[in-house]
Amino acid sequence: MFWALVRRDLKLAARIGGGGSMGLVFFLSLVTVMPFAVGPDLNLLARIGAAILWVAAMLATLLGLDRIFQAEEEDGSLDLLMMSPLPLPLIVLAKGLAHWLATGLPLVLAAPLLGLLLALQPVVLGAVTLTLLVGTPALTFLGVVGAALTAGLRRGGLILPILVMPLMVPVLIFGVAASNAAVEATTPFLAPFLLLVAASLFALVAGVVAGAASLRQIGS
Amino acid sequence: MRLFADNLACRRSSRIVFENLAFEVQAGEALAVTGANGAGKSTLLRVVAGLLPILAGQVALDPAQDDIPLAERCHYVGHRDALKPALTPLESLGFWQAMQGSAAASPLEALDIVGLTHAAGLPSGYLSAGQRRRLAFARLLVSRRPVWLLDEPQSALDAASRDRLARLMADHLDSGGIILAATHDPLGVPARSLDLGRVG
Repeated sequence: MFWALVRRDLKLAARIGGGGSMGLVFFLSLVTVMPFAVGPDLNLLARIGAAILWVAAMLATLLGLDRIFQAEEEDGSLDLLMMSPLPLPLIVLAKGLAHWLATGLPLVLAAPLLGLLLALQPVVLGAVTLTLLVGTPALTFLGVVGAALTAGLRRGGLILPILVMPLMVPVLIFGVAASNAAVEATTPFLAPFLLLVAASLFALVAGVVAGAASLRQIGS
Repeated sequence: MRLFADNLACRRSSRIVFENLAFEVQAGEALAVTGANGAGKSTLLRVVAGLLPILAGQVALDPAQDDIPLAERCHYVGHRDALKPALTPLESLGFWQAMQGSAAASPLEALDIVGLTHAAGLPSGYLSAGQRRRLAFARLLVSRRPVWLLDEPQSALDAASRDRLARLMADHLDSGGIILAATHDPLGVPARSLDLGRVG
């Protein structure tokens, strides 16, 4: 049941093209435009490159996130999902996982290539990719809570970023800190990285439970 | 088996939609829920489906199965067809069969029964309103659940499709199923009626 839902959502993401590919194109355009805005100073780019990749990943994750429960609510699928034997938190987990596989994972895979455009050193490239791999699930599942909260609202897409961006800030701080630690000898890598792992694990559990709780409120 | 409600009440925001509602439906019986627009027909079905909270009273299936809540023994067809335009009918039915459990007819058989075999591989977005409705009914056939909750099942259906729907319902009743339908028209199967009356 769980995997049937994941498979269906991935199939939908691939066919409609709204989720995965749109996030990737957005990520790509943000990162390619950045050097033009900042100027041709390679040292500066290399210094802020990790931060640019992380901010771009955060914004790209927000794309399409508002639709994951709203679309189900609008066409009545949510009613039937709630009547399924699969517990609601697992439904939220399956949909979050599918969203991450369709949107988050492509960003992680594209990050090393785009890092080249920002003149990142190989070590930093590796660090950014690793922190994104560990950190993007936190972004997705924090967003899932917002998506569940706004699923019943017609213009929920506007409120969602305002709701979840403050929650995403700590993830951003630890992610960029761990990435930069790869070049700066003064800052440790492991501490922010482990905090990032913790944030992801926490967001996974809390997001799933909170998401299920807010979905139950929609009908009433 | 019987579906019964005792002293049932439901509130939407500050308005009591109905209270002190009691009914009983035996296996093989259909109950047509009638009443003016806004009398609470859809609300009643959603309460039975577990989609709206109960303010007072209870609704249950007897004999109860401890580990399976009532909602998981009900099929619900609302005004919305729960179809994704990008998925084909075959994929939709396969998905809902997996999600609902207790598989009955295969998706292909179900499509044959509702007369949609020719559209099996077409994205649902291309189907007409009546065809989408029939596809929603095919969902009732792919997994076995004893209680059918149908909200105005005949809307958007032509005469032939109404006959087909009546046959589906008759088969379900013959096999000991229960139907609760909110409707303004005759269902096409023998049914007792529960009148929720006027808005008030």
